[in-house]
Amino acid sequence: MFYCILCYNLESEVEAWTREKEAAVMAQRELVAHELATQGRLGPVGRLMPTTTAMTIRASREPLVLDGPFAETKEQLLGFYLVDCTSLEQALEVARGLVGDTGALEVRPLASFYPGIGLQ
Amino acid sequence: MTDVAWIGAALTAARPQAVAALLRYFRDLDVAEEAFQEASLRALKSWPLNGPPRDPAAWLIFVGRNSALDELRRRNKHDVLPEDDVIPDAEHSESALVERLDSSAYQDDVLRLLFICCQPDLPATQQIAVALRIVSGLSVQEIARAFLVTEAAMAQRITRAKRAMSESAVAFEAPGPVERAERLSTVAAMIYLLFNEGYSASGGDAHVRVPLCEEAIRLSRLLLRLFPAESEIMGLTALLLLQHARAAARLDANANIVLLDDQDRSLWNRHLIGEGLVLVEKAQLSGEPGPYQLQAAIAAVHARAARPQDTDWSQIDRIYAILELLQPSPVITLNRAVAVSKVRGPQAALGMLEPLEEPLAGYFHYFGVKGALLKELGRPDEARVAFNKAIGLARTAQEAAHIRMNLDRLTP
Repeated sequence: MFYCILCYNLESEVEAWTREKEAAVMAQRELVAHELATQGRLGPVGRLMPTTTAMTIRASREPLVLDGPFAETKEQLLGFYLVDCTSLEQALEVARGLVGDTGALEVRPLASFYPGIGLQ
Repeated sequence: MTDVAWIGAALTAARPQAVAALLRYFRDLDVAEEAFQEASLRALKSWPLNGPPRDPAAWLIFVGRNSALDELRRRNKHDVLPEDDVIPDAEHSESALVERLDSSAYQDDVLRLLFICCQPDLPATQQIAVALRIVSGLSVQEIARAFLVTEAAMAQRITRAKRAMSESAVAFEAPGPVERAERLSTVAAMIYLLFNEGYSASGGDAHVRVPLCEEAIRLSRLLLRLFPAESEIMGLTALLLLQHARAAARLDANANIVLLDDQDRSLWNRHLIGEGLVLVEKAQLSGEPGPYQLQAAIAAVHARAARPQDTDWSQIDRIYAILELLQPSPVITLNRAVAVSKVRGPQAALGMLEPLEEPLAGYFHYFGVKGALLKELGRPDEARVAFNKAIGLARTAQEAAHIRMNLDRLTP
């Protein structure tokens, strides 16, 4: 079974971390990730850009494009896509095609990406 | 887990919204700051024992408000406290407070706090200093160091600025759309000035001013999180990120400024550029161009060029043309002339300069650009006259040295 592990934190606080704190957090996580990678159990890993770079597409008669991250608390995170796009506009186009007549999709660029070792 | 570094970051991150909410409750900056200070002290005692709260800002507001109320009651039992609707009664639980924070009232709180730092009768540097003290929570010592003045002088400036702020009348009701837009643009200008205080630094003390740039970016991101659809705040954030991305390449070993064309682009920070480029694109999608967005778009063209010769100057020319329409100014036309010289040659650019001679008669860069264009056109004598004028108008030894280098190259 594949498991998706999603990272949550207070963004303003992470921004206020010292370089040492940031390095310590990442080192601890990379230790775990490295262990998983050597066992062939690590898929793609990515760090998202700040929520300020996000846009949201919401299903409607004409899909609505909203500035900012997905902010509702009554809906739940149910899945994700990782796509390669040359621009934000292209990514939004993909999301418009995906959303259909239901739900909302947040589009957010990755700040860094590790492709993993190809889970089967 | 709950180490001191974590608590420090949590307090720094929560400070703007906590002080802003406390200011709304008490309508007094000193009381709000003291309340936050007291809550921070209690956090340092409580968090290591009880673990971090889910929402540090809400915790600090709740504890700060209660301690300030106790203090006010203790000081004078007969003092009239603000109306009940201003101060929620003590039964309000932390969770109820969190709900209040989620409301849109809270974005206006932070905006108000930033806005009252921008007192129009205060010099810009004092506005910035007081914002760094109150909103960012930098110590007077840190601010004094960044502004290259003594701690005592800076303390005095901040005290004076705070007095002016406490005497000014700021509406505590939620602002209407027009007032909110005005506040946003005033605050954006202050953040940009703050950034430039750090960015324009060169020489031996340049490194101590870097925190000013980082703080400006933090405030700009904070503002954008609160107002995610404001395209000019996207533009401002992008502009700061794209300029700051070049920080490591901007100064040489002697802390002298390295011009864009001569910078080692491998030193540019790709993470900051990536974020800046996305924000520029996002702002463009809004279809409401503004000065910050356009300046960011110009910075984006430079950021996309792997080498100076790859720069899309015709794109820069087009963006300056829009900027000229939105915000006509001789300095913008001068900048556009530089782009035009790359696209259509020095003669066309020189033609644009002529009408600027009068308004920019005291402007160093005008004569620097003019000299460079004349030099390119093979008119060394006229170039020399322009360069000499530029040297006379240089504000720093470095600016003068740069022009002298050009002058030296004129002599065969």
